[in-house]
Amino acid sequence: MINKKVNNVQEALKGVENGMTFMLGGFGLCGIPENAIAELVKLNIKNVTCISNNAGVDDFGLGLLLQKKQIKKMISSYVGENQEFERQMLSGELEVELTPQGTLAEKCRAAQAGFPAFYTPAGYGTEVAEGKETREFDGKMYVLEPAFKADFAFVKAWKGDAAGNLIFKGTARNFNANMCGAAKITVAEVEELVPVGELDPNNIHIPGIFVQRIFQGTNYEKRIEQRTVRK
Amino acid sequence: MDKIGIAKRIAQEVQNGFYVNLGIGIPTLVANYVREDIEVEFQSENGVLGMGPFPFEGEEDADIINAGKQTITTLPGASFFDSATSFSMIRGKHVHLTILGAMEVSQNGDIANWKIPGKMVKGMGGAMDLVASAENIIVAMMHTNKEGESKILKQCTLPLTGVGCVKKVVTNLAVLEVKNNAFYLLERAPGVSVEEVQKATEGTLIVEGEIPEMRI
Repeated sequence: MINKKVNNVQEALKGVENGMTFMLGGFGLCGIPENAIAELVKLNIKNVTCISNNAGVDDFGLGLLLQKKQIKKMISSYVGENQEFERQMLSGELEVELTPQGTLAEKCRAAQAGFPAFYTPAGYGTEVAEGKETREFDGKMYVLEPAFKADFAFVKAWKGDAAGNLIFKGTARNFNANMCGAAKITVAEVEELVPVGELDPNNIHIPGIFVQRIFQGTNYEKRIEQRTVRK
Repeated sequence: MDKIGIAKRIAQEVQNGFYVNLGIGIPTLVANYVREDIEVEFQSENGVLGMGPFPFEGEEDADIINAGKQTITTLPGASFFDSATSFSMIRGKHVHLTILGAMEVSQNGDIANWKIPGKMVKGMGGAMDLVASAENIIVAMMHTNKEGESKILKQCTLPLTGVGCVKKVVTNLAVLEVKNNAFYLLERAPGVSVEEVQKATEGTLIVEGEIPEMRI
């Protein structure tokens, strides 16, 4: 067993620097790497590019980095839940590359799988395709989209072991699974770090080979963005 | 007719055996009005198939949400998956029907629903992937904006989400089919005349024969 375990978030984030590109898992606030985000705020790493489907809310998730103006550029598909984000974007302080959600996921998966680029129909004929190579296959038009390149991927899983194996829960799997192994270094934080051998190999969602560092996360808030109940 | 009426009418388009993706807003309501004697599974692009109703109070789970970030439940037979797999279902045409909202549609089937330059920029989310891939797209929307201006246009004025992809539009006034670079009036909302639909439609409206009222 190759040991990926580090003792805490400080060790896990060793090597992060100003100006780097980070991938962060999560959909809305569901499955976001809360510990890594808190540490990036503490370290005051600046000028970073963040690849994340959303940008958190004003006072949680990536919104915390936005508040401190640590983010130079965001690559996201939907940012409607964050007013500070919208303000920084409309005023030109923040560079934003809005990317169709399926394309965003596939750009992660392509990086994970070693594909330099892929063709997708999403965005053809819209401003998303401007300046990009297009090509016809079987009478339909497609846009060439390159894989992401990132320095760190920060992901959050439900359970994991020191070998780096991960299991996600519910819809918290989202982009987390696709970002593993898609950056130079993948850092996984888990709600439960279990002894090696305890996870059934049949049930592993992400094999440890895609993860360089894993640590037991702490103090998960797991905030719900839209608490909706039946009457 | 209100948003509920639109949802009820669109629910009639959902057929037995369909996997259906519902957008945020009016489309989400459609699930409430689908016939109970057919088997349908709802997909949410954040990674769940087999979505059920909202949870009872106290049973909310932060790890189980829909694409609108609302807490949900799952039904027997449900599954969870990652985002790339989710869009494989969509891009790979495994999802049979996509229902989504729009700010504008045009008579050649273009749709705009993600950006108002300089004013509102929330992003396209999964909408561009959905409209570029789905064979069967129904748009749920109000026929006019708050100022009474038509959103059913010759040409969209807002940045596009997709080109030539919309086949059917259900509004508070009418059911329209988009073909031959025009809107064909299929049904009128209860109590709405053909003239009223005509007045609220900026794009070319084709009226052939007697136009029935929606049955909802």
